[in-house]
Amino acid sequence: MLKSVKTGLGLACVLAVMAGCSNTDTTGTSGEQVTGNELVEEPTVVVDVEEEQVAILENVVYFDFDQSLLKPETRELLILHADRMRGSMGAVRLEGHADELGTREYNLALGERRANAVRDFLVLQGVDGANLEVISYGEERPAEIGSSEAVRAMNRRVVIN
Amino acid sequence: MIKSLLKTVVAIVITSACLQARAQLVVDITSGIDDPTPIAVSPFSWSGSGVLPEDVSGIISADLRRSGLFAPVPKADMLSFPKSPKDVVFRDWRILGTEYIVTGRIEPQASGYLLTFDLMNVFGQHKMFTRQVRGGQTQLRDIAHRAADEIFEAVTGIRGAFSTEMVYVREETRGGKPSYVLMRADIDGARARAIRRFEAPVMSPMWAPNGQELAYVSFETGRPAIFRENLRTRERQQLTNFKGLNSSPTWSPDGTKLAMVLSKDGNPEIYVLDLASDQLTRMTRHFSIDTEPNWMPDGKSLVFTSDRGGKPQIYQLTLATGQVDRLTFDGDYNARPRISPDGKTLVMVHRNRGTFTIATMDIDSGRMRVLTETTLDESPSIAPNGAMLMYATKLGDKGILAAVSLDAGVKYNLPSQRGDVREPAWSPYVD
Repeated sequence: MLKSVKTGLGLACVLAVMAGCSNTDTTGTSGEQVTGNELVEEPTVVVDVEEEQVAILENVVYFDFDQSLLKPETRELLILHADRMRGSMGAVRLEGHADELGTREYNLALGERRANAVRDFLVLQGVDGANLEVISYGEERPAEIGSSEAVRAMNRRVVIN
Repeated sequence: MIKSLLKTVVAIVITSACLQARAQLVVDITSGIDDPTPIAVSPFSWSGSGVLPEDVSGIISADLRRSGLFAPVPKADMLSFPKSPKDVVFRDWRILGTEYIVTGRIEPQASGYLLTFDLMNVFGQHKMFTRQVRGGQTQLRDIAHRAADEIFEAVTGIRGAFSTEMVYVREETRGGKPSYVLMRADIDGARARAIRRFEAPVMSPMWAPNGQELAYVSFETGRPAIFRENLRTRERQQLTNFKGLNSSPTWSPDGTKLAMVLSKDGNPEIYVLDLASDQLTRMTRHFSIDTEPNWMPDGKSLVFTSDRGGKPQIYQLTLATGQVDRLTFDGDYNARPRISPDGKTLVMVHRNRGTFTIATMDIDSGRMRVLTETTLDESPSIAPNGAMLMYATKLGDKGILAAVSLDAGVKYNLPSQRGDVREPAWSPYVD
């Protein structure tokens, strides 16, 4: 389905970047890393070329309706995220979201449950839980507008920021 | 009428009046009961100068029509426009099948208006009452709604709720960014105005029982937090700032406490905050989602949504003992409970063959009834007289408000001409 295609795309993107291509991720839902801006602000700093080539991981994972179970492809992606997080100790926000189906307050709780599932998995992978902040937006901040199942699938998500 | 008012005021006022008109919700009645009571509201007389800024008898007619229980006689069908009981020729109204007739006279006051109105029974050929309503210069609509309340109660025996208000959330795009507005309007959708604008989502507005304060959830701090706001003084206070969820605030019937949902202890649980002492008491202990609390009218128990049985269902929590009983068994998604003022009927969001509808359940018998036929219905909020409820639904891709009577006989939509509207909360009686 679309969501697995998208996650697959994310992984393919990772591989492509690792092979030396530049980032071509066009999903643009939220929180793209802004290495470009850092360069503009600090033009005299010598940027580590190695660091610039670090792949940009797909930062959105998707869920089934009324579910917070991590899918196998989500686990694979989160293992890559965990590897990276263990190396850098910055704070990370895990934003849980739900689709428009069901009630708003219940969806707020569901978004939190999804983000908690991601957090728990990352902690199991050795990430320091103290650096992970969970916040749920429920259905209040959809990534895409519309009522088709494809749109709803894109909105049942956790964004790793 | 609105036009003639506009002629007399300066350009700036015209602009803001137009904006307000555009922001209003427009009533669109989609179904009514089979035999609504025919009633005629004869155009009222006005003994002051100029033209009144509002059509008072027209507002009363619209209120009665919107209740679904009345079929007001169109002005064009009236044979005469009596202004007082002595002008009424009952035979003329009997021919039209009119059961009741209302006459009225509006007089100017030092700063405002006085409406004297009469209700007559056509078949009994007698006057039922003559009453007066007074109001300030900006209160012509309030005067009309008050009169409609009196007429409605005299004929149906049910207290009218036309004078009540609602709050709701409007989402619109401003400068390419989503903007969230906490809105307030008369229950007929008129006089819609912003209470407060937010750049981050705002949700779950709830009225205090005194009708002067709201509680709601705002994401303005970057996290969900519960606020209370006094509508008169505009004083605002952030009540919670716990890690995790801070959601679903709901006032106890006596206004001294707020039930709410916090996940600070790991997962969403229901708490009760005593507003005078700031004491917070945890009410539920379960690893599942417990949310959407609402008080029973006696204040002794809460109903809430929990998926402790695997799917969202509605449960009742007795506060004194902590005992939890499951209330709903019909279907695999029942959530966001609200209780009718008499405590007998549960209203909820119910998934029915894949669509989300509003349903009622008689608490004693457990009998459930689906009230709506649309597909994304949510946030039911019951009128203080228990006759109707307001809810949010979709019309195409647009969020609109709609109303349905608790017996499903009467339905109307209140689409907004601007933005998406949702989460209506019907006010208590405001005296």
